[in-house]
Amino acid sequence: MHISPAKLFLAAFLINNILLMRFIGLCPFFGVSTSVSTATGMSVAVMFVMLLSSLVTWVLFHGILLPLGLVFLRTAVFILVIASLVQFVEMALKKYIHSLYSAMGIYLPLITTNCAILGVTFLNIDYKFNPLQATIFAVGTGLGFALVIILFATIRERLADAPISKSFKGYPIAFVAASLLSLAFMGFTGLFGISL
Amino acid sequence: MDWAITAKALIGLGTLGLLIGIILAIASVKLTVKIDPREEKVRKALPGANCGACGYPGCDAFAAAVTKGTAPVNGCKFGGATVARKVAGIMGQEVTETEPMVAVLSCRGDKEQANDSFHYIGTSDCREAVLLLGGPKACTYGCIGLGNCERVCPVGAIKMSEKHLPVINEDKCVGCGACIKECPKNVLLLIPKSKLVYLACSSHDPGRAVKQVCKVGCIACGLCVKNCPVQALKMENDLPVMDFGKCTDCGICVHKCPTKSFIDRARGRPKAVINPKCTGCGLCIKECKFHAIEGEPGKQHKVIADKCIGCGLCYKVCPEKAIDMVGALGHARKTA
Repeated sequence: MHISPAKLFLAAFLINNILLMRFIGLCPFFGVSTSVSTATGMSVAVMFVMLLSSLVTWVLFHGILLPLGLVFLRTAVFILVIASLVQFVEMALKKYIHSLYSAMGIYLPLITTNCAILGVTFLNIDYKFNPLQATIFAVGTGLGFALVIILFATIRERLADAPISKSFKGYPIAFVAASLLSLAFMGFTGLFGISL
Repeated sequence: MDWAITAKALIGLGTLGLLIGIILAIASVKLTVKIDPREEKVRKALPGANCGACGYPGCDAFAAAVTKGTAPVNGCKFGGATVARKVAGIMGQEVTETEPMVAVLSCRGDKEQANDSFHYIGTSDCREAVLLLGGPKACTYGCIGLGNCERVCPVGAIKMSEKHLPVINEDKCVGCGACIKECPKNVLLLIPKSKLVYLACSSHDPGRAVKQVCKVGCIACGLCVKNCPVQALKMENDLPVMDFGKCTDCGICVHKCPTKSFIDRARGRPKAVINPKCTGCGLCIKECKFHAIEGEPGKQHKVIADKCIGCGLCYKVCPEKAIDMVGALGHARKTA
């Protein structure tokens, strides 16, 4: 696929934001967005795992699945590989870079089988990216995830103290806020003529 | 059916799975981090509420600190004595028993009893409201009532009443002190769980100023201090301060207080009953602070049940042991 790196990054980061435009990875979006600190921890873990799994699955797909004609097995293979990869990385981090391990903490294993991660790996394949493009796409998507979840967490921290009627308190108002945020992000559609 | 594809899928995926399995198996051995086995045991003994009352970010951090020796074995306030004993057992240490505490609200100025100085429509958060002229309540010492304590309580022991005051469920409260740290007005106190009487007002204002803003605030009249039989109360800065070490929970201050600023946690108190051993000496009549005993000299005295509060002063003073303290269930009350 021919697209400039900057445009690709922008497409992944903003224009087709994974949370607000593609609606993938909504469970952490609502699950850990109650405070900025948990949202930040989650986004760091997501960025890390997303980049790692994008590269590994790209190699796996083009090196093994495609030549063997086993493309139909990609869902199972990708999940298997991503899950065990994260397991491995977690162990390695715990041993060698303990500060990073404690920073990501519980979020690292939580994110392994998340649909946002799997979604990006599939999109890498479907858009026929080369490894460099896949990397840019993964980084852009991860940063986009971080941007939106932290934005949303700040909104929810305000909502938690706002005088909201009982029936709307908690998730209902969060969904309303999320949809408004999504509408706002729709404004980026077609920016710089990017349609990805 | 295409058998070649099936075979390829089976072999391909099987090999992949096997490979990953082997790698992870090797990694789990090679990359194990040796942690103190006691840390895991301590962590399991902890309640896992991550309340933060110990001063560490969570139960994991506290367990690590205990094994390192930087935190005391009885540091878990949530778990109390049972957890402290377990942790001490794991660490091979003796534990000194600590008196269980309970949080109480030192304010009775609810919506109906205390005035507001303005109508507050900001966010429902005490710490934000207090920034605005010290909160909407006219009494600057009183509870703002926006429920921060309810939100931080790790065990759900605090519920806001409809009159905008927190109600603490003493059976659920573990005395961790999370609410006390949160409260911007310092109207929550930790008192020993065994103590029954406490002052439910925090106002250091003089009587007149209190009267203007609250119907149940302490007006610093000093009746409680005067009537306390054990001198457990001392007037400091227009507010009686209770010495829980001295207090015998007699409850006299509760009934002497003209503004009902004291709260009695006792679920029922006994009444004094005079038996025929009474010689009619009249000592008890003099001793009673509530004029609850009547009778003529030389004849058996009588207790006016409605006036008796069950403080036990007469029981202590009677030379003939002619007074019994009879509780609601008919048991004689132990009086020290």
